[in-house]
Amino acid sequence: MTLHASDMMSPALLITSVAILITMTLALIRAMLGPTVFDRVLALNMMGTKTVLLICVVGFLTGRTDFLDLALLYSLMNFIGMVTLLRFSQVGHFGDSAENSARVDGDTDGEWLLRNEGGDAS
Amino acid sequence: MIALSIISWALLLTGSFFAIVGGIGIVRLPEFFSRMHGGGITDTLGAALIILGLCFAAGGWLVVAKLLMILFFLFVTSPSSCHALARSALSQGVKPVLEIDSVRKSDSLLKNDSVGKHGSLPEVVPVSGSESPND
Repeated sequence: MTLHASDMMSPALLITSVAILITMTLALIRAMLGPTVFDRVLALNMMGTKTVLLICVVGFLTGRTDFLDLALLYSLMNFIGMVTLLRFSQVGHFGDSAENSARVDGDTDGEWLLRNEGGDAS
Repeated sequence: MIALSIISWALLLTGSFFAIVGGIGIVRLPEFFSRMHGGGITDTLGAALIILGLCFAAGGWLVVAKLLMILFFLFVTSPSSCHALARSALSQGVKPVLEIDSVRKSDSLLKNDSVGKHGSLPEVVPVSGSESPND
């Protein structure tokens, strides 16, 4: 074990993990309430960052080093997912094939994001 | 060792404080770009303070190097994704609220009338005529 979660540090780690869980709950509330899709995406981004922090803190709390590798991987995956989602929301498709580009060239690209407000699962 | 533990306690507790403040901000602030500010607090101050506190609690340079790598990636990826989110929201027509009256109006919408139950966009432009939010 290279981590020394001594008895002096474990209450602070417990308090920090509870605070991170409270923050994740608040972000989840915003993700449920969010009027636009962008509020939900913001809450999702915050959930991802807090998940990375929670993995680090729990790894220190249980004394396992390999949780830090999981946190590193999770932060990169979070970034890639966020950029993909935002690019999809901006241009309306993932690739740039010919028919998709021809379809998106109209002025209604991405309008479904603001129209989709009916409370259905978006 | 005691000094390192005290520094780590202080950094972890300050980071937890800023994380909760940002979480309250993302729920309570009236419109989207203000909420983005609340999310930015947790992404920068909360994450940095908590990871620095873990660095002071760690024993071993490999753990510190991994934690600093996580901190570096968070500091690179979180502002860029926040920037992409703001640009995408602006290009899709979400307008920031600049006038204090409409801020108060959307705040009262947030308090009295539930924004989330109807799932409707809070009005960003002050409409002419009086509306009465039913309680």
